[in-house]
Amino acid sequence: MENQALSLAYMALWLALASSGVSLLAARTPRILRWVAMPLIGLSGVAAFGAGLWALIAHETLTATLPLGLPWMPWHLRLDALSGFFLAVIGLVTSALGLYGPAYVRSFEHGRDSLVALGGFTGLFLTGMLLVVLADDAFAFMVAWELMSLSSYFLVAFQHENAANRRAAFLYLLMAHIGGLTILLGFGVLAAFGGGFDFDSMRAASLSPGWASVAFALAFVGFGMKAGLVPMHVWLPEAHPVAPSHISALMSGVMLKVAVYGFIRVVLDLNGEVQWQWGVTLLLVGSVSALMGVLFALMQTDLKRLLAYSSVENLGIIFIALGLALLFQATGHVMLAALALVAALYHVINHALFKGLLFLGAGAILHSTHERDLEQMGGLLRRMPWTGFFFLVGCLSISALPPFNGFVSEWLIFQSALQAWQLESGVLRSLVPIASAVLALTGALVAATFVKVYGIAFLGQARSRHVRRARPSPKGMWAGQGFLAAFCLLLGVLPTQVTGLIDPVAEQLLGTGIPQASANGWLWLTPISSETASYSAPLTILLLALIAGVAIWWFNRGGVRRVRRCDPWDCGFTSPSPRMQYTATAFAQPIRRVFGLLFEIEEIRDTGADGVQRYRLKLVDRTLRLIHAPVARAVETASKRVVRLQSGHVRGYLGWTLVTLLVLLWIIS
Amino acid sequence: MSLTVWLIALAQALLCAALAPLLIGWVRLVKARLQNRCGASVLQPYSDLRKLLIKETRVAHTASPLFRVAPYIVFVAIWLACATVPLVALDLPTARIADIIVLVGLLALARFFLALAGMDVGTAFGGMGASREMLISALAEPAMLMAVFTLAMTAHSTSLVGVMEHHLTDGFLLRPSYLFAFGALILVALAECGRIPVDNPATHLELTMVHEAMLLEYSGRHLALMEWAAQIKLLLYGVLIANVFLPWGIAQDFSPAALALGLAAVLFKLAILGAALAAGETVLAKMRLFRVPAFLNLALLLGLLGLLSHVILEVGA
Repeated sequence: MENQALSLAYMALWLALASSGVSLLAARTPRILRWVAMPLIGLSGVAAFGAGLWALIAHETLTATLPLGLPWMPWHLRLDALSGFFLAVIGLVTSALGLYGPAYVRSFEHGRDSLVALGGFTGLFLTGMLLVVLADDAFAFMVAWELMSLSSYFLVAFQHENAANRRAAFLYLLMAHIGGLTILLGFGVLAAFGGGFDFDSMRAASLSPGWASVAFALAFVGFGMKAGLVPMHVWLPEAHPVAPSHISALMSGVMLKVAVYGFIRVVLDLNGEVQWQWGVTLLLVGSVSALMGVLFALMQTDLKRLLAYSSVENLGIIFIALGLALLFQATGHVMLAALALVAALYHVINHALFKGLLFLGAGAILHSTHERDLEQMGGLLRRMPWTGFFFLVGCLSISALPPFNGFVSEWLIFQSALQAWQLESGVLRSLVPIASAVLALTGALVAATFVKVYGIAFLGQARSRHVRRARPSPKGMWAGQGFLAAFCLLLGVLPTQVTGLIDPVAEQLLGTGIPQASANGWLWLTPISSETASYSAPLTILLLALIAGVAIWWFNRGGVRRVRRCDPWDCGFTSPSPRMQYTATAFAQPIRRVFGLLFEIEEIRDTGADGVQRYRLKLVDRTLRLIHAPVARAVETASKRVVRLQSGHVRGYLGWTLVTLLVLLWIIS
Repeated sequence: MSLTVWLIALAQALLCAALAPLLIGWVRLVKARLQNRCGASVLQPYSDLRKLLIKETRVAHTASPLFRVAPYIVFVAIWLACATVPLVALDLPTARIADIIVLVGLLALARFFLALAGMDVGTAFGGMGASREMLISALAEPAMLMAVFTLAMTAHSTSLVGVMEHHLTDGFLLRPSYLFAFGALILVALAECGRIPVDNPATHLELTMVHEAMLLEYSGRHLALMEWAAQIKLLLYGVLIANVFLPWGIAQDFSPAALALGLAAVLFKLAILGAALAAGETVLAKMRLFRVPAFLNLALLLGLLGLLSHVILEVGA
């Protein structure tokens, strides 16, 4: 009976592989991608969601071994609450792709790009992600991890005719491999103490605090690189936007969460005692990521790039919450650690939902207008009403506005941060409020960012001809968005049920959950106690709807009163043209000026051939110059030195081999 | 028990909406007297609202459906936020539904739609207003959160009822963190309600508008709702400052005498605050937009200082 959850997970894997296999036929019959491969992806998502949910509800640990891998080390698989939760996250977003994908990939049928590559690697990418969360030994984990990284590399490089895309893909590959290497080293440390590569022996090992910190640091760098934490984020805004939009949704919505999974698995499950310094590190890096991420998002005019930067910000928020969890865990406040962990996981699933939704929306716009640049958009709500409506739900959710899901997780993070007075150390006590101040600032800036996105893209008047002629997107596409939007609302309105589902993860990792959260019934979310804080999302939305209903009835008594259409007033300026509207750059200008120190801004004024003066704005990510450029230079210098060894003569190489051999023999003797 | 309590909550919510225009009328009257003008009656805002409600509503050709929905959402969100603040009586169920963070969230929801509505028609002024509003709120909202977190940490509760109860039982203790939080909240209230020195509610001078620029395209009942919402918001901040920092007088049980006393107390406090606002607006000039961030950074800093002085000085001691 209980093994059925695992069978469902197998089914998800097989369906993803089948979708990949079927796509091989797409070179002959392109339609197969639309009719078979994408629906299979969706089914795989449904199966993964079912398996994850089952594991969370049953709260049992299932293990299995696969006859794969090295002869002396078969692959271990394990489905426990933690992997169940992440399976469910992967499954939810992927299910939406089953609805959205068929309509979206259709636009590639007549292009030059290889459909075999698109379908094949999408299936492999999904297989890789599912395997990562199921893996129960370092070997299987790394193989699955690399499968995920490599197949997503090919998806980023999908439209490789464009040199910028190739460059982005290479940067991604490079960072993914540096990250993979540090993760491997981290597992090496754990395996050396545990005496085996399976997670069970790593769990049993007892590491000295120093080595535990080394393992933590390696895992943090490796997974943080994948999660796009500042300053390791530079690949993310390059790579995520250039992939096809449904892949961007998978990468931003799901793959980053797989990195969070890996981090939680290593730090809270496999590694030894948690130390408070780790929590501080996460708080600092998370705060910087959240703030830098949102400020850069606000400055972007490319919609998909903006969404990618916003992922950096959201991962920052998740790591702030994880930092709080580690801090509370290390100082012995296990209950609070559980609360912070639940908040972090709540934000994980929220971000997967709304970022998936927003990327699908960006894809729908791209599909209808072939435009990613906000400065060309405008008035899309009237041309693509359903896309516009669901995109609005995504914007409200990501801006953490009640009664949507983003608000609940942010509320929970604030609630756990507000318990900082229980900490004994004054330094830690004052560090947490600063992190929560950053979180508050971030939240407000996110709202500004998404007012800009929605106001510029969907409201106002079209700023270019092709946007004016946009057509509504196909049903499947907005159905996929609607699916995610419904979950955004559901998770915002029923928080007690969701925390109840996440609870087993906290119980598994920390030994305690937060049963008090729903102690006052399903209507009231009370994370600590009903005196400390309570939030009733169902009643909030009920009252909102009730008052709105009464207000609409009251103001339209005696039948809906008609309104008269007229020209805009605009303070008496007659017939405003679309070019008189605020642009995305202009919208962000005041905030750019206030936070000017953080950016490297170049305002370029040039006169075109037609004698018209144009202003351009160039915004450079400072981390690129401050951190990445020196590293790149150092690597280049070092490799130039190494080149000197390459004489081109065989005897030279043989000499070096001999010397190396002698040195090695001397070391081990 | 529960039905009466819910009825009192409903009555209090209706009272919020009903009192809001009176507060604005009072502020305008005091301001006029300070400027040696006769000024209109305190009831003038009611007449204004009534006039707008019966007038024809016009909507620009270029407006999307969002433009027509936004006034309702803005009004409802702000009203619900106001209904969760204990005005006359303390322990009402509405205050349990939403704590301070939810209150800030509801105000943010209203602001989100207000800014979107400003951008909807596609005029230059609407976008300008929305951009400036989001700049101001980006700095004011965290400052507000910091200020209320200071209170919440002291009371070990983010519920407004908890904060006020703690304050009532604790007696009047002049904590440094409260002073900082009080300063921050005052600055935030000025900025969020669009009062001088951040924004001038009486201007329609094109380049200085913030709040008015977003409402430029509204007319008739839509405008009435937006104006009314803004008035309720001013009342909300007034009640928040009055009842959180000086909760004395508020009804702690539901006997008619206590409720009457609570009403009298809050009216008295609001009258004082309104007069102070009018006096402040008379002596201060409106700032340039790019001076506003400095003003709000001060608020943010005060809020953060309040929080830090609480966790460092007051928790251990």
